[in-house]
Amino acid sequence: MTSVTLNGTPHELPDEATVEAAVLATGAPGDGRGVAVALDGEVVPRGEWSRTPVREGQQVEVLHAVQGGA
Amino acid sequence: MLEIAGRELESRLILGTGGFRNLSVMAEAAEESGAELATVAMRRVDPSARGSIVEVLTDAGLEVLPNTAGCYTARDAITTAKLASEALETDWVKLEVIGDDRILLPDPVELLAAAEELVAEGFTVLPYTNDDPILARRLEDAGCAAVMPLGSPIGSGMGINNAYNLRLIIEAARVPVILDAGIGTASDAALAMEAGCDAVLLASAISRAADPVGMARAMRKAVEAGYEAAAAGRIPRRLYAQASSPEEGVAELVPAADPAEHGPAHGLR
Repeated sequence: MTSVTLNGTPHELPDEATVEAAVLATGAPGDGRGVAVALDGEVVPRGEWSRTPVREGQQVEVLHAVQGGA
Repeated sequence: MLEIAGRELESRLILGTGGFRNLSVMAEAAEESGAELATVAMRRVDPSARGSIVEVLTDAGLEVLPNTAGCYTARDAITTAKLASEALETDWVKLEVIGDDRILLPDPVELLAAAEELVAEGFTVLPYTNDDPILARRLEDAGCAAVMPLGSPIGSGMGINNAYNLRLIIEAARVPVILDAGIGTASDAALAMEAGCDAVLLASAISRAADPVGMARAMRKAVEAGYEAAAAGRIPRRLYAQASSPEEGVAELVPAADPAEHGPAHGLR
């Protein structure tokens, strides 16, 4: 297993997990529409999710749009 | 018509979506407001959240304008803008870099740094800025597509606290000036437009009103009225009255011999 911090909470991902697996683990839609990911503070473009590994101890933020502003 | 970075907008009211009780009230208010752009914030995915704000706004005919609310450094704001661009497929961003969590005023140093970087990366940057003419000029020089000075702190409902600075910003700007934050009620929005703002961005005044849909309608009218009044040219302020009926031909209705007869008074004693 790979221990990561997913949206601020400790989370176990399978070995050799990718960003894609992390996105699915948050309950975000599978196609990732409306979702963006930062891995240790760096944006990972959607096209690279399936081939970007998530390593032990990394911080994954999976964001979407919510109500906000002014 | 309002033009920002080559994009034409019929409505001069931009809606912030914070504070609505739920998405259906937001959608109804959004339609009533006539706004074509609505801000959204980027937050962690919440699997328990019901409904997608982007779908609701799109169905109501609005486009989303992501903001960087919650960011306190240029670095965080730049990353958030990039994440929003990824998620929402837009290169427009309402740039917010806050310097204090109690008054929510922008941090001018971080704001300018973030604006410069995002412009360099090809973003259309709409910065939420202090009501400071010099900072507004620096943001415009940095290539921002508009400047968005606050009327007063976010959610305070105090209206326009520094009408003089706002006027200086408007006079100098060659990009649209959008009053952002502080609007409390319709007259505040009308005043901003009468002062010469190109548009008004507000949320709380509508979303936290007792009747958000009613207030959305009032705000639409206020922004239109203020804009048209500014274009129509107001009369000068005078210390004394100026009669609006003819002073010639007033009837003499008191008998000439009446001792109580007296003419109009002049001057204050």
